[in-house]
Amino acid sequence: MSSPQQPPHGTSNGPPALIGANPSFADLIRVSRAEALPRGDSLSTSALTAHGTTVLGLKFAGGVVIAGDRRATAGYEIADDRMRKVFEADEFSAVAISGAAGQAVEVVKLFQVELEHYEKVTGDRLSLEGKANRLAQMIRENFPMAMQGLIVVPLFGGYDQRRNEGRLFRYDATGGRWEDEEFHATGSGGRGARGTLKKGFRSDLSQDEAVALAVESLMDAADEDVATGGPSLSKNIFPIVAVITSEGVTEVDEDTLRTIVQTLAGAGGDR
Amino acid sequence: MSFQPYVPPEQLMKDRSDYARKGISRGKSVVALECDQGVLFLAENPSATLHKISEIYDRISFAGVGKYSEFEDLRIAGVRLADTRGYSYGREDVKAKIIANAYSQALSGIFTQQMKPYEVEILVAEVGESPSETEMYHLLFDGSVNDVQGFVGIGGHAEELTERLGEAYREGWELADAVRAAGAALASVQEGPVESEQMEAAVLDRTKRGRRKFRRLDDAEVASFLEGA
Repeated sequence: MSSPQQPPHGTSNGPPALIGANPSFADLIRVSRAEALPRGDSLSTSALTAHGTTVLGLKFAGGVVIAGDRRATAGYEIADDRMRKVFEADEFSAVAISGAAGQAVEVVKLFQVELEHYEKVTGDRLSLEGKANRLAQMIRENFPMAMQGLIVVPLFGGYDQRRNEGRLFRYDATGGRWEDEEFHATGSGGRGARGTLKKGFRSDLSQDEAVALAVESLMDAADEDVATGGPSLSKNIFPIVAVITSEGVTEVDEDTLRTIVQTLAGAGGDR
Repeated sequence: MSFQPYVPPEQLMKDRSDYARKGISRGKSVVALECDQGVLFLAENPSATLHKISEIYDRISFAGVGKYSEFEDLRIAGVRLADTRGYSYGREDVKAKIIANAYSQALSGIFTQQMKPYEVEILVAEVGESPSETEMYHLLFDGSVNDVQGFVGIGGHAEELTERLGEAYREGWELADAVRAAGAALASVQEGPVESEQMEAAVLDRTKRGRRKFRRLDDAEVASFLEGA
């Protein structure tokens, strides 16, 4: 426990201390338990590391949908066919990752605690803008690892309670942040998914239509890209689709996804 | 070089205790009660934003009385400890007992080593899967800890409040009954009833979905419980 009579900022004879409690968990853990942080000083080759592949996000009238396929690859090998790439960041936002899987999961875990820690210390939830900015900074901090091939490129979607709308942000490996007005897809199958999204997107999509379009785009991406896993009815593998509205984050259940996949693939089975 | 006159340690500790007690007795109290859903906290607090009751971790909450700046310091230190532990190990490894022990150490250090003791009393509670797993720790300004069960009052009128709550307390009662009993107890130690707008209420609710069990009750909810008598 950081001793309460000694705030972590400043020293008695150094520059004047910042006042107020620092609400950042990442800053705290860097000082108190640096070994728990994702770190980049051990060299790792990208071929040995599992990579996540296609994730996408699209806006609809009541919010935003974030989805990802389930495949992770290591070189020519399928490392995992049930990997989770879409994570609830907090009650009103979700983050999807493609890139070096282990690294990305660690960044997401740190981001989740960062948001909760801020909320508890200050008593207020961060604005969506604030969350998106914080994620950009965390990706930027990961840049030395990106230089070694451990690139983490997330998509971030959330419901902005001040503007009353869903918003979608994409990032690059240097922490660059762009807001997307309609949709975006990243990862090795991103191009395939973007094609389907471009054709099917309308600004007045309903929630169900947006979910179906997300699933269809991922299936098309899997057709075009070896590293993207398509859904499998026989093995019960379905993409993870999160819907974020004014009510919060919910994940689309497996039965609904099975119905959507069956409709899209014809009653036959795997595509 | 200046010489300090000799003060016997008994006198020193007594003076500090008296000082701390005096500070605490000026402030408002907080009560906590177990009920079927979990643990209810109720405090008289005219401010809607400067809280006495708050969340530490998934199943753990904090209540403080006395000097705001001092218990706020402790609250933030508790959140830091909990989040660091939960991130380094696992979420289920963060226990109220760990937090209470850390507070006890910190408060006892401050009491004996600092110029003045903290003028605070705090309560750390954890709601378990079942009622028998619920834990509550009442900490005093000198770092002493009491493991309490069922009900407790902290602050200037702690003893009186705990006694009142003891008379009303029923094991496994509903949240609404607990709110009414807590409201009546708070009203009994001051002049006149406490309005629901003047109350701060929160529950560690084991029936709440998700891993974070702490939720605040708004004025309307508290009023509806109080009127439902």
